[in-house]
Amino acid sequence: MTSSIWFGALEQGLLYGVMVLGVYITFRVLDFPDLTVDGSFTLGGAIAARIIVEGMDPWLGTALALVFGLGAGLVTGILHTRLRIAPLLAGILMMIGLYSINLRVMGGKAMLSLLRLDTIYTDVAKVAPSDWAVLSLGLMVAAAAAYLLYVFLQTEMGLALRATGDNEQMSRSMGVNTDSSKVLGLALGNGLVALSGAMVAQYQAYSDVGMGIGMIVVGLASVIMGEVVFGNRTLARTLAAVLIGSIVYREVIAAVMRMGLPTSDLKLFSALLVIAAMASPMITEKLKPGKTVERMT
Amino acid sequence: MLQVMGISKTFNPGGVNERRALDGVELKLQKGEVVTVIGGNGAGKSTLLNAIAGVYTVDAGTITIDAEEVNQLPEYKRASYIGRVFQDPMMGTAASMTIEENMSIATKRGLRRKLRRGVKKRDREFFCDRLRLLGLGLEDRLATRVGLLSGGQRQALTLLMATLNTPKLLLLDEHTASLDPHTAEKVLELTKMIIRKYRLTTLMVTHNMEDALCIGTRTIMMNEGRIILDLNDAQRKNTSIPDLMEMFKKASGFAMADDKMLLAN
Ligand SMILES: Nc1ncnc2c1ncn2[C@@H]1O[C@H](COP(=O)(O)OP(=O)(O)OP(=O)(O)O)[C@@H](O)[C@H]1O
Ligand SMILES: [Mg+2]
Repeated sequence: MTSSIWFGALEQGLLYGVMVLGVYITFRVLDFPDLTVDGSFTLGGAIAARIIVEGMDPWLGTALALVFGLGAGLVTGILHTRLRIAPLLAGILMMIGLYSINLRVMGGKAMLSLLRLDTIYTDVAKVAPSDWAVLSLGLMVAAAAAYLLYVFLQTEMGLALRATGDNEQMSRSMGVNTDSSKVLGLALGNGLVALSGAMVAQYQAYSDVGMGIGMIVVGLASVIMGEVVFGNRTLARTLAAVLIGSIVYREVIAAVMRMGLPTSDLKLFSALLVIAAMASPMITEKLKPGKTVERMT
Repeated sequence: MLQVMGISKTFNPGGVNERRALDGVELKLQKGEVVTVIGGNGAGKSTLLNAIAGVYTVDAGTITIDAEEVNQLPEYKRASYIGRVFQDPMMGTAASMTIEENMSIATKRGLRRKLRRGVKKRDREFFCDRLRLLGLGLEDRLATRVGLLSGGQRQALTLLMATLNTPKLLLLDEHTASLDPHTAEKVLELTKMIIRKYRLTTLMVTHNMEDALCIGTRTIMMNEGRIILDLNDAQRKNTSIPDLMEMFKKASGFAMADDKMLLAN
């Protein structure tokens, strides 16, 4: 059973789920279409891979990925709030800039292999059945991230962050420093995205300078699928939906690949999936009374 | 309390759409004074309120609240002194958040937001007490998303939120204009009640002449970015709505006949 593609999709769903939580924060909570994600996902993978290749602790690499992801989001936030660069452009600039940085992190190589090197999963496999190492760690990290977000989004700061994404004018008139809220949200989101990148790179045993391409679309597709399947009536439900969406997305991908779709067509498939979701009035209706799909663009 | 001294604001300076929205406005409000603001479309009423609230900086002049000059303070910092209700009922609340979450945000106006739980048990009791003032039954719907409420309910909630932490200054910009007449009346009654209860210094823009003359103690009229008339309570007592129309015509050189001010009666 553990070798089946469905099981693999489940593992991936959890690892990528951490990224989807990040996209949820920026895109949905903050209403900020943040393309930094494509770069910060790779950044996470690149940092973890490089640290491991250098013979250092994979946990350190994973933690550093998180920290530098936070940093990337912070820079995007500053570009937007201080220099008043539009959200899309700020994200694109970061994505492009990070491409070069990621190559540097990987020592100028487009790919770093981690074959036969120790990763966080090899450590976990020492204490758990090795077949379940990825799944158990993925579940722990994804659940912890979702839970922490759940708690944070109900704190005074978290409420201010949500209000900023919902209604900026109202937030400012209520004394919320909306610029700080945005910087914070972007940092958190990209931190999670980079953490996910680090975990995915170690899972697939390589980091690749193109591994983040289209991540934003994957993230969106997962968020939408999750909300359709599981609903978004409460915050807890929405966060669970985000993770479930990520798993559903991976299972769907596994299914279409099994039906013979070549890997090279996957990105087109993801894009069409998002377009279909956006175009469907029934789904749009279903996503109310939270944010409408239209507002995410 | 509030001192507005010679403020001017030009939108799109130098551009084809250049528009002088405020032109040397002078205004002083005593503590506890309730002033209504009238004037035709584009007179600069909203711009005046936005300038006071800090939505944008002014080109000239100073704004002082309780002896503190606030010109350089960004909007979110001025918010510690100011409560606002906007014309659009959607503007004053966060639709995707619940009533209690919205109110929690309002209780932190002017305070540092920390990493502790936003809505606590004793907050709920406080929120319920306040919501009961509205008489809309919202106290039983604390966990309802605000997006599900009607425009009137949202506006009443916004009013409550704006005054949850007693503001030094309350700014109301035609906050009943987009509600149906019955709801508008209800929200206006609530407004009067809240202003009286907390003795709020208030600046209220309205298109309804009758309300303008009977609410508060003073009425100012704006035209083309200037205050062209300033009536105290005694003067208002001897002023009828037709008188006001006449004054407007005299002061501005234009009749108000095709303006929605007339329709509002
Ligand atoms: N953000 C802005 N950018 C450009 N022009 C603006 C802006 N805000 C207001 N104006 C212009 O400034 C002038 C004054 O507008 P303001 O909204 O203050 O009028 P008002 O008295 O509130 O009118 P109304 O009764 O229609 O609400 C108008 O000519 C308006 O077009
Ligand atoms: Mg106006």
